[in-house]
Amino acid sequence: MELSKDELLKAYWIMKAIREFEERVHVEFATGDIPGFVHLYAGEEAIAAGVCTHLRGKDKIASTHRGHGHCIAKGCDIEGMMAEIYGKKNGLCAGKGGSMHIADLEKGMMGANGIVGGGPPLICGAGLAAKQLKNGGVAVAFVGDGGSNQGTTFESLNLASVWNLPCVFVVENNGYAEATASKYSVACDDVSDRASGFNMPGVTIDGHDFFAVEEAAREAVRRAREGGGPTLIECKVNRYYGHFEGDAQTYRGPNEVEKIRESRDCIDNFVKRVTAAGVIEPAELEKTDREVAALIDRSVEKAKEASKPDAADLLTDVYVSY
Amino acid sequence: MARKITYQQAIGEALDQEMARDETVVLMGEDVVGGHGADGEMDAWGGVLGISKGLYGKYGDRIMDTPISESAFIGAAIGAATAGLRPVAELMFIDFMGVCFDQIFNQAAKFRYMFGGRAVTPVTIRTMIGAGFRAAAQHSQCLYPVFTHIPGLKCAIPSTPYDAKGLLIQAIRDNDPVIFCEHKLLYTLEGEVPEESYTLPFGEAEIVREGDDITVVALGRMVHMAVEAAETLAKDGCNCEIIDPRTTSPLDEETILESVENTGRLVVVDEASPRCNMATDISALVAQKAFNSLKAPIEMVTPPHTPVPFSDGLEDMYIPGPAGIATAVRKVLDYKG
Repeated sequence: MELSKDELLKAYWIMKAIREFEERVHVEFATGDIPGFVHLYAGEEAIAAGVCTHLRGKDKIASTHRGHGHCIAKGCDIEGMMAEIYGKKNGLCAGKGGSMHIADLEKGMMGANGIVGGGPPLICGAGLAAKQLKNGGVAVAFVGDGGSNQGTTFESLNLASVWNLPCVFVVENNGYAEATASKYSVACDDVSDRASGFNMPGVTIDGHDFFAVEEAAREAVRRAREGGGPTLIECKVNRYYGHFEGDAQTYRGPNEVEKIRESRDCIDNFVKRVTAAGVIEPAELEKTDREVAALIDRSVEKAKEASKPDAADLLTDVYVSY
Repeated sequence: MARKITYQQAIGEALDQEMARDETVVLMGEDVVGGHGADGEMDAWGGVLGISKGLYGKYGDRIMDTPISESAFIGAAIGAATAGLRPVAELMFIDFMGVCFDQIFNQAAKFRYMFGGRAVTPVTIRTMIGAGFRAAAQHSQCLYPVFTHIPGLKCAIPSTPYDAKGLLIQAIRDNDPVIFCEHKLLYTLEGEVPEESYTLPFGEAEIVREGDDITVVALGRMVHMAVEAAETLAKDGCNCEIIDPRTTSPLDEETILESVENTGRLVVVDEASPRCNMATDISALVAQKAFNSLKAPIEMVTPPHTPVPFSDGLEDMYIPGPAGIATAVRKVLDYKG
């Protein structure tokens, strides 16, 4: 384990916070209190945590419609996120974005994105800015297996390579683009096979394994930061919930999710690894569990109590000046 | 000091002066340098019509050739704008918006609102508009109404070299995303342009010609068609007031309404396709807000609802011209109620 104990504890905190956040949104959404669409990241926590453990504050990420995990991993305020999901004025985006558009540019989080494949071009831009401004920054685009089939992603892989940008493209292949299996919609065996066509390194790893993710990300981020250009990392993973909340998931096999939860859960695996190695005591993890549970409880309570935007807010924030 | 230069030179000068003034200004697009990776000379093109020729020698890697991947590089310009640069991206022809529109209207335009007012996206997208080049249906459109429709975008359409320079410098310094539409038939137009840097504010129309009989609102190349029509009409004693809004978003409603309140008559000339274009938009504005001033129905002069044709005779018929504008003006003036 190359990460320090503090880094591991932080990664655990992030994975646990994402899991608790998503499990709670799942429950609260069912009550009807949360408007709109939400797409939950539960099951994929090791990827956001494993990649972002190697990013600095000024590094940029662009996310997907399934963005809560990336937000938390990049340091977005959890109470602000929950308030945003409830459409409240004190939300991270003042209640104007919602689940699919949570962003915090000051934290380097360039936004969840309602458009599949919307992020990679923006990340080329963030990488270009880092390169031009010579600030040592790295930019990471997260896309799904669905997004991996978008022309924007292909164009961005090419552009990042042509311009030798400090970018990393992380494909979260959770097996389904909505209700269509990636086995059907992705023409190659592994999305990472495509990297060679863009003259960049490509790897496929187990997205349930935090340590595999952080190792691949460490190498990719180092290469980007040192001027070595972009990398494609494909993480094979599973999502625990549907494409969106309310998806009955009839397209999935019998007990598919239960089996994965029992045998391959990323948080269980992480706990086994760090405790077996004696790096972190179970009591320390339990302390994190209690902190996270309290934080999520508090964020839901506050979000429910918070005010909605005022009528005047409808017309603000369209332009800087007009 | 002012001297005569072309619309094309005015745009190049604006780019040069802004790149000299602000190191965060970068220019990217297909062949904005030309020659990258080839065995011949660099800066071979300086843009497909040579507008940025010479800038590569001055600014090096701040001016970037791109693959023909409009989604990627327009999106990159937008992403870079949120991350500390002030990019100018050249979308060679506005007709190519179809292959990158998502990045413009779903990403750049909406960041500020979706992110609760916490995003600033100072990107300028320069693009060519207009028919008359025998460039046919996919290289000749005036699609600015589409961008005007999108909240979060600004849209500028200069009709003179002076406006081109001042509006482009404003666009680059502006903190909102701007679609900057250059009419390809105006590139060789000469006009007085100050050597020094200056900005023209958005949302301020230019009264190109003063008159009391009728208001003619026109944009881009159509301003010149309207001026030609007005000169003919003046011989018959008709004084047209010609207004060039210069930007369609924001739109200077006040100048248009004040003029119509004075003249009582309106003709709108628009090179964009006739449905949901600036002519219908400005007509609706006047019908709604200055109805009582109107002495006659509004006339719109536009191309027909067809793609832009290739063959020269057809294209010439397609493009609104001085004769059609004069006919429309006379029809409004002759209205008996």
